[in-house]
Amino acid sequence: MSKRIIVGYGFWIFLLSDIIMFSAFFATYAVLVGATAGGPSGRELFNLHTVAIETACLLLSSFTCGLASVGARMHRGSWFYGAMAATCILGAIFLGIEVHEFVGMVARGAGPTRSAFLSAFFTLVGCHGLHVTAGLLWLLTMVAQVFAKGYRADILRRTLCFSLFWHTLDIIWVALFTVVYLMGAGQ
Amino acid sequence: MSYSEQESDLLLANNEAGDERFDGRDTAEGVGSYLIGLGLATLLTIVSFFISGTTLVWGPSIPVALVVLAIAQMGVHLVFFLNITTGPDNVNNVMALAFGVLIVLLLLTGSLWIMTHLNHNMMPMNQIMQMQR
Repeated sequence: MSKRIIVGYGFWIFLLSDIIMFSAFFATYAVLVGATAGGPSGRELFNLHTVAIETACLLLSSFTCGLASVGARMHRGSWFYGAMAATCILGAIFLGIEVHEFVGMVARGAGPTRSAFLSAFFTLVGCHGLHVTAGLLWLLTMVAQVFAKGYRADILRRTLCFSLFWHTLDIIWVALFTVVYLMGAGQ
Repeated sequence: MSYSEQESDLLLANNEAGDERFDGRDTAEGVGSYLIGLGLATLLTIVSFFISGTTLVWGPSIPVALVVLAIAQMGVHLVFFLNITTGPDNVNNVMALAFGVLIVLLLLTGSLWIMTHLNHNMMPMNQIMQMQR
């Protein structure tokens, strides 16, 4: 069996454990979603237009990340670096919008200390945001490693793990925008 | 760089089956898969956002529809982006995924089930406060 498949399998197990951790946060959020303690509910806080832009950014970045991994397998620099740059920019836009949303909520007095609902919201969405931040740092590391060491098999396996990580973040975002934002705004 | 480091780098860099460079056909297959995934995911996302705000369907059915659409989209991501398929070299990945899904379902349904019943059976908060006085 090729090393690429074994490495992918090992990293997939890590990703599944990450998904299980997120499911605990989702369960917490679902239990506490009504516990607003007289504070604002999701219906008053969420703006679906910005969430739509965030979703588009993350989905497109997942696509460009896939293109980057194809480019890396072809050893085609322009393709790999271009797609990684697009992924990085889209991920940064997503993160910027999210931080802006959080800062706006805290400024309105709807910070994580306001109610159990908001604590659960900031934990769940913030944890995803932290994962995206880590993903962006990893992306820059992979670009630097390919630049410095070329398309070696071990570097390519690390790029494979990065793309698996980035795609998984998008899967978690699908659950997130459905459960938190669409259901929260429509209640 | 020491000798042993160089040696381990060479071992790591050693090309094995499955690590070969992509040719034209592999590339077309890869890009095609990502394009299909992007198209389907975009479609499902647009339907989700549309349905969440619509008054065309019966209200209580909307959350159910949203959950079904989200699960469908996760499936699209798994198949076309993560390439978790039914292929022979993918059996382990699918088994791990099945176990992960089992744990996630137990966690979610277990938590929600227990907590709604606790809420249901619990005395209203103001009465508890009065008893503590």
